[in-house]
Amino acid sequence: MKVTRSTGWSIPALLATGNVMASDMPLNMVQGVTDISQKTYDLHMNILYICCVIGLVVFGAMFWSIFHHRKSKGAKPATFHESHTVEIIWTAIPFVILIAMAVPATGVLLEIEDNSKSDLTIQVTGSQWKWHYKYFDHDLEYYSVLATPRAQYENYNGIFNSNASKPLPKGENYLSEVDRPLVIPINKKVRFLVTSDDVIHSWWVPDFAVKQDANPGFINEAWAKVNVPGVYRGKCTELCGKDHGYMPIVVIAKTQVEYDKWIAEKVAVQAQAKAEEQKLLGMQMSKDELMALGERTYLASCAACHQPNGQGLPGVFPGLKDSPIALGDVKKHIDVVVNGTKGTAMQGFGKQLGLKELAAVITYERNAWGNNTGDAVQAADVNAVMKGQ
Amino acid sequence: MSTMTDTHDDHDDHDHKPTGITRWLYTTNHKDIGTMYLWFSFTMFLIGGFMAMIIRAELYQPGLQIIDPNFFNQMTTVHGLIMVFGAVMPAFVGLANWLIPMMIGAPDMALPRMNNWSFWILPFAFSILLASLFMEGGGPNFGWTFYAPLSTTYSNDSTAFFIFSVHIMGMSSIMGAINVIVTIFNMRAPGMTFMKMPLFVWTWLITAFLLIAVMPVLAGTVTMMLTDKYFGTSFFDAAGGGDPVMFQHIFWFFGHPEVYIMILPAFGIVSEIIPTFARKRLFGYSSMVYATSSIALLSFIVWAHHMLTTGMPVAAELFFMYATMLISVPTGVKVFNWVATMWKGSMTFETPMLFALAFVILFTIGGFSGLMLAITPADFQYHDTYFVVAHFHYVLVTGAIFSIMAAAYYWLPKWTGHMYDEKLGKTHFWCSLISVNVLFFPMHFVGLAGMPRRIPDYALQFADFNKIISIGGFAFGLSQLIFLAVVIKCIRGGEKATDRVWEGATGLEWEIPSPAPYHTFSTPPEIK
Amino acid sequence: MSTKEYEHYYVPAQSKWPIVGAVGLFFIVIGAAALVNQFASGNEGLGAYGLTLGLAIMVYMMFGWFKNQIDESMAGMYSAQLGVSYRQGMAWFIFSEVMFFAAFFGALFYARNMSVPWLAGEGNNAMTGEILWNGFQSVWPLEKMPDGRETQGMPWTGLPLYNTLLLLTSSVTLHFAHVGIEKGERSKAKLMMGITIALGIMFLILQVEEYIHAYTEMNLTLDAGIYGSTFFMLTGFHGMHVTLGTIMLIVVFLRILKGHFTKDNHFAFLAASWYWHFVDVVWLGLFVFVYIL
Ligand code: HEA
Ligand code: HEA
Ligand code: HEC
Ligand code: CUA
Ligand SMILES: [Cu+2]
Repeated sequence: MKVTRSTGWSIPALLATGNVMASDMPLNMVQGVTDISQKTYDLHMNILYICCVIGLVVFGAMFWSIFHHRKSKGAKPATFHESHTVEIIWTAIPFVILIAMAVPATGVLLEIEDNSKSDLTIQVTGSQWKWHYKYFDHDLEYYSVLATPRAQYENYNGIFNSNASKPLPKGENYLSEVDRPLVIPINKKVRFLVTSDDVIHSWWVPDFAVKQDANPGFINEAWAKVNVPGVYRGKCTELCGKDHGYMPIVVIAKTQVEYDKWIAEKVAVQAQAKAEEQKLLGMQMSKDELMALGERTYLASCAACHQPNGQGLPGVFPGLKDSPIALGDVKKHIDVVVNGTKGTAMQGFGKQLGLKELAAVITYERNAWGNNTGDAVQAADVNAVMKGQ
Repeated sequence: MSTMTDTHDDHDDHDHKPTGITRWLYTTNHKDIGTMYLWFSFTMFLIGGFMAMIIRAELYQPGLQIIDPNFFNQMTTVHGLIMVFGAVMPAFVGLANWLIPMMIGAPDMALPRMNNWSFWILPFAFSILLASLFMEGGGPNFGWTFYAPLSTTYSNDSTAFFIFSVHIMGMSSIMGAINVIVTIFNMRAPGMTFMKMPLFVWTWLITAFLLIAVMPVLAGTVTMMLTDKYFGTSFFDAAGGGDPVMFQHIFWFFGHPEVYIMILPAFGIVSEIIPTFARKRLFGYSSMVYATSSIALLSFIVWAHHMLTTGMPVAAELFFMYATMLISVPTGVKVFNWVATMWKGSMTFETPMLFALAFVILFTIGGFSGLMLAITPADFQYHDTYFVVAHFHYVLVTGAIFSIMAAAYYWLPKWTGHMYDEKLGKTHFWCSLISVNVLFFPMHFVGLAGMPRRIPDYALQFADFNKIISIGGFAFGLSQLIFLAVVIKCIRGGEKATDRVWEGATGLEWEIPSPAPYHTFSTPPEIK
Repeated sequence: MSTKEYEHYYVPAQSKWPIVGAVGLFFIVIGAAALVNQFASGNEGLGAYGLTLGLAIMVYMMFGWFKNQIDESMAGMYSAQLGVSYRQGMAWFIFSEVMFFAAFFGALFYARNMSVPWLAGEGNNAMTGEILWNGFQSVWPLEKMPDGRETQGMPWTGLPLYNTLLLLTSSVTLHFAHVGIEKGERSKAKLMMGITIALGIMFLILQVEEYIHAYTEMNLTLDAGIYGSTFFMLTGFHGMHVTLGTIMLIVVFLRILKGHFTKDNHFAFLAASWYWHFVDVVWLGLFVFVYIL
């Protein structure tokens, strides 16, 4: 049924578009790589088949009378109506069918909701518009953001102005790639504690059949036990503001050995970075260095809201060009960036960025787009504000 | 203002209409008000459809071409709001206004001045909503479901305009519904017992009850939103002991009955049309009445099937799954009834019948996908993907909108006194039927393949299907212009319609002349 | 058709009031929306003017519409059927009000039985309590919020109790006034109406007193977490309904003084009294669920 329908649809599709279908889009739910995802898929298929059969019967009867009981064929209307027997039958049969559907569904659901006895716990926190992963069993946490460059998705010029610089060609994993994927071991029950820092997000990895809303102030639990190593891609699936479409998820499932190796490496790197931060405090960076790093950091972390040209979106995100804060007291500026503004979309970046990046991005904001304060903010300045001095 | 004019005695002998603009501004006539509702609704359909065209144009290919993501969200949101509150609901209220008094042998609605008020609130409310798109920071951009805290702490300044305009839209709906209920309870002609009422009247009675029960809850929801955003309350803020999910519970307690508000009158329309063109009595009148009531009652206890991924306790997930599945039973009774009515009938296929038949099939397909969504574990995969978008457009566009089209064709001759252009009508039907499926059917696949809703841009593997969907969308949009042409042509002239119009039509509205006189029954007709 | 047997249907004439009302609502919406934004941003603006204009138009509309209605009714133009329509309309309107309060009661129940215990780690939310709100305890009234802010619960003894007695008594006196009208004993009706209105006003005064107390002495404010939110929204909307009810009663009282109502033509009285009884019942719900339990 499924197959005939989908091929049936691809014919007009071919005609309409004129090019060959990019055949890599699956036409059905993924079977996935966990037992649960497989069971969910089976459930989905069974219900679909049942619906198709009911559809065949109902529409069959209908088309039969459309073809045979039409006036142009001389059909005379019968006068029968109301039959309790018939009515009871067509109430009872669907009821029985529903029970037949509900029983396996209940079974799968109970299995999904059994969060006990996990081997590993990871806290997943959504915020506009990135994911934060924190391993409970190791000293490791990091942010994960979209890796597709802006120049690949902003095509505004390309369509109206053929002379304008064409957007970059889109990569293979366009909009489904991140800078730092989540890594988990296979064959282990990994528990996800899903929550949010601001609005509601939803963490969905189709191959695991895990979709769990990230509600601010609450922690929801979900789990996955992956059978096959690989790279699995998902999306944020709850409307979470402007860049809801740009909040992908990538999970890499590794064998236990490789996973352990990865963890050890990451933990070491993070420890080293922390040590380097301390060294930074005594160092002075040149303004040019700061501006260069600042621009990169700005485009990666801030431009989503404040826009690459620093003008913000009026009424939604304030512009930083000519903003009193970016032109005014440095301490205040650092404070806003490090701690955010409570109750607004401006989150605290103190946790997300290193001291060097913070210093750089603040320097950048104070000198770019004609702000020209001439200030060069150093890591030590940022550290001072962080420590509350 | 003419306080004590001559309404009392002499309008059954001369059928005079007031003239000029005040005819429409001050009217108490159910037919005029019905007409205004219908035109208003159609205008909103065009505006909401235009927004859908912007959405489809942006999604035509991957990448951001035309609009930025923030505006895209506004389009999605306002498209949903306009279609639901501006197109479908007012269309049904318009039909109710035109038809219910004629069907039950009443001279007008029970509370004609309030009726006028209900209508005139709408243009103002929707102008405010639309105008907010042009404010600094843009209009509502948090989805038609406006989940907190995106719609509270994180929303833009126009939110207040959105909230208050929803308040007055709600007032309008409540007053409209009160009017319908009171008309049906109190204005039936002698002999028109409840179980003799046409099904359209029955379904509207139940719809009106749903409206009065849930629109105030919507008002409560937006009020809490208002105070959370502007006055520091913590309904939806965990830091103060509230819960963002509570918003969803209250919203969907309104929202789910709301979707049935958009389909029950459609059931009524189809139950009028099919017997007429099958020339056979409706198979089970009373079981239809009971089925409608059961759907309405069940609709109060299924709301959380929209929230299955919010992390509710498992007992709740099970309960809402079972309750939701149950709705298939009474809905099935309806579908089977329509089929049994056609069975061994003597069918002809004028445009209203074609739309009604398409309704039965396509609505049922939408119902099947609804049933699939109700299966909690499977919904974890479907939720917030285009599979859901496919589901609700099947029940809303090929359900509600198709039924409204069917109704328009069916009663146009009675309203205007002229037959519409059958050939053009059929063209409209076939164009719509084909394009609507090109538009919405592939959405099932895109959704299953993993494309989320409410995104302005997508991964490359969805590109081809989205292109097809968009093409279907443009074609469906253009097809609606044919409908506009049919209506205008029919108003301006055409073959004179007979009183009964359709050979198999039964009911009081077919006993009076076409076009229906400005004032119908000033003395109650007698129903045998 | 047998014209004689049935009463003629009565269809009210055209009226300009509905559209005036729609315009009034339009200005109220624009004004109020602008005003709350000004309030939030601290900017100057025209919101207050818009709102005032809107309210003025609404008052104008109500005077006009009601006067119109009263004149028509006094002229004996209304059919008995229309009277029934009004009654049914009022009953359904009250039902819609019930559902409006249901939304807020729902929020209260949800907060008390779901969200607050969950934040403290009950149900499937153990990690919520442990990781996000460590140390938070589920008690009602919620005097200590998850983020540590504090407030106080309003005891039911004292003002709320007096208010309950006031409202209950007022329902009784209103009933006597009704009986008075139905029996044609106008002076009794006047007296009882007067007492009812006085009780209503006293209720409102005490309510204001309670709010002042809450704000100044108990740190119980609108932003005092979910307890403050539900407390003020429920009692506040109830208070607004009492205010409206009192105004309705006053209008009806004035009409009694003018000798408007008769034994069988007193719909306005009936509507106001239904409304009052409804407000009273809501209070009982409040008293039990907001104050006592
Ligand atoms: C007119 C509007 C309308 C109607 C009638 C329905 C009808 C139904 N809907 Fe739908 N729904 C919407 C409008 C509507 N819906 C909208 C707008 C949304 C999205 C909101 C948003 O998030 O923006 C939505 C979303 C939605 C969801 C949430 C999905 C998600 O977000 O994850 C679910 C889940 O259970 C659901 C279920 C159902 C069911 C079970 C029915 C049933 O009533 C269908 C019953 C009908 C049949 C089943 C077919 C006929 C029956 C037979 C032939 C009998 C035999 C059949 C069997 C025994 C199988 N709907
Ligand atoms: C009754 C309700 C209703 C109706 C009739 C429609 C009709 C249509 N809808 Fe709508 N839709 C919703 C209710 C409805 N929708 C809701 C509730 C949502 C969810 C919103 C949310 O997520 O918050 C939604 C969301 C939604 C989305 C998902 C957006 C997203 O998730 O980002 C899409 C995408 O394709 C879409 C498309 C369409 C299209 C193409 C039509 C077409 O049928 C429209 C056809 C009509 C016209 C086009 C107008 C007439 C023609 C003209 C004006 C002439 C000009 C024409 C051209 C230029 C071609 N809708
Ligand atoms: C999710 C959106 C978002 C991101 C990402 C973001 N900001 Fe902001 N920012 C805001 C909002 C909203 C405000 C306004 C807060 C308010 O209302 O006080 C703001 C305010 C500011 C201000 C104060 C400006 C003023 O005039 O009030 C500065 C400085 C600032 N942000 C810097 C940054 C920097 C640096 C980054 C990146 C490292 C960043 N922002 C990333 C949303 C964001
Ligand atoms: Cu995060 Cu959508
Ligand atoms: Cu629903």
